[in-house]
Amino acid sequence: METAADKARFRYGYRRSPDQDAGAAAPHPVIVVGAGPVGLTAAIDLALRGVSVVILDDSDRIGEGSRGICWSKRTLEIWDRLGLAARMVEKGVTWKLGKVFCGDDLVYGFDLQPEDGHKMPAFINLQQYYVESALVGRAAELDGVDLRWRNKVVGLEPRNDHVRLAIDTPDGPYDLDADWVIAADGARSTLRELLGLTFRGVTFDDQFLIADVRMAADFPTERRFWFNPTFHNGQSSLMHRQPDNVWRIDLQLDRAADAVAEQQPARVIERLKRILGDRSFEPEWVSVYRFNCRRLDRFIHGRVIFAGDAAHQVSPFGARGANSGVQDAENIAWKLAAVLRGEAGFGLIASYEVERAQAADENIAHSTRSTDFIAPHSAAERRLRDAVLALAPRAEFARRMVNSGRLSVATVHDTPLSSPDEAPFRGPARLGAPVPDVPLRARAGTPGFLLERLAGTPEVLYVDDGGRPSLPAGVKLTVIGDDLIDETGLFAQRFDATPGATYLLRPDQHLAARWRAFDGHKIGQALGRMLAR
Amino acid sequence: MAKLVTASRFADPDAAYVALVEARRGLTVEAAADLDAKLVLILANHIGDIDVLTEAIALARNVQDR
Repeated sequence: METAADKARFRYGYRRSPDQDAGAAAPHPVIVVGAGPVGLTAAIDLALRGVSVVILDDSDRIGEGSRGICWSKRTLEIWDRLGLAARMVEKGVTWKLGKVFCGDDLVYGFDLQPEDGHKMPAFINLQQYYVESALVGRAAELDGVDLRWRNKVVGLEPRNDHVRLAIDTPDGPYDLDADWVIAADGARSTLRELLGLTFRGVTFDDQFLIADVRMAADFPTERRFWFNPTFHNGQSSLMHRQPDNVWRIDLQLDRAADAVAEQQPARVIERLKRILGDRSFEPEWVSVYRFNCRRLDRFIHGRVIFAGDAAHQVSPFGARGANSGVQDAENIAWKLAAVLRGEAGFGLIASYEVERAQAADENIAHSTRSTDFIAPHSAAERRLRDAVLALAPRAEFARRMVNSGRLSVATVHDTPLSSPDEAPFRGPARLGAPVPDVPLRARAGTPGFLLERLAGTPEVLYVDDGGRPSLPAGVKLTVIGDDLIDETGLFAQRFDATPGATYLLRPDQHLAARWRAFDGHKIGQALGRMLAR
Repeated sequence: MAKLVTASRFADPDAAYVALVEARRGLTVEAAADLDAKLVLILANHIGDIDVLTEAIALARNVQDR
């Protein structure tokens, strides 16, 4: 058998830190525990906002299996702001179409991004080890990120205004102090255990087999899902393309299936041959998993802030796990930076929990519903599910109930940071959600997109009507129609913009307030609200 | 002239499906069939239109089970 180390795609060395020779616990503003997609995103975002971060990870490698492969538009927009989406999109497989089959017949197809005019695609598929190695590479470019491998947190002691962490390394133990700790240490979070926190939610006893296989195949680049296929004894199946000619095949197993026996190569190959026929293929990663839909009651415990799988877990249907974790990371990063700089009140930290608990509940609800549809709990539930599938080709209402996973989209947060609309606005831009992207030409003529031109600070978009608005300090002004030109009319459409319309954006590109006319006083009030001042 | 509406009418179709699934959670197939029979009668009366009911029966009968 291969050892875990053999399967590692990327290995990193332990390096002794000067903090280990300091004699006393060295103080840091932020320590992130866990160098996965969530922890790395948070650390890079904080560093780019001028906050230096130490990341601690108990391992020294990434890449035991492809794991998460679907990265959503919002996640890519966040990584684009951090300067690394381009390399991921280039390496990844871009897709937006899904097909759902019942038996061997197509019953339903969907398009996750039917409109043009967005920089980022609906989804890319990319093995998690490529994502993590790109994030590690980006972190290495930044002086503000100090990534320490084989640093295992073994103790946590809350103090009045900081947290003391006890850490084990190959050179022995040392302590660190942090103003804030971000716990991004995954589903089996050590920090959660150290604080004695428990989850609330459901554990499913359904089992699924993941087999990533390498093969040359010309299957279409789309998400294909089968209910009751002839090739897999009527159990649900999923096929999805990854880079390097790797294909994700996900097969529902019996609840009573023997997880060890199911992972034996001969058994896996026999199953795959029924799907893939005589085509030659090579299994690359095999895993049997069960899943949970559950969360912590509170995400903030004193100065320890939980994010990603450490805070909440979902079934994989809908790609809502890692994508929601990356959005947690972005949500907390600007807030911590603003509080540490003294620009915002402590209430801003509390708003992380308000907003991301809503996202967690939404993701848990969607992934639970998908699981109920994909893996019915009983014969009686399966009858209802099969009736929906039988009606689907003939009745639109039934097609809308077919649920093979509702794919991750950005959450619309109902948040105290937003100022309610005083006048009605139509269109897809929503308070408490990331603003929609639109193509905009710079005054100098360069084409581009709105999101890539946002500064990552509080920012006002003002639709030119000849006025000369003045803004509070620290807020960037962009005049639509002067700084950026709406050649396609899509800004007007997606923002329901009229001359004079004014939009206040958060540093995480979320819409905080909007008005039909520019009013400096109102902007000041909304800014105060947005920063919990 | 068809009167039966097969276009989706629920704002959140997943929520409607979940309500139906949760109603039968823990029931045997037989107990769920009893529940469904009562549901059919209640909803048929709520619709209160014999033409719609006849069309719905025809659609249900003609759909191939999978």
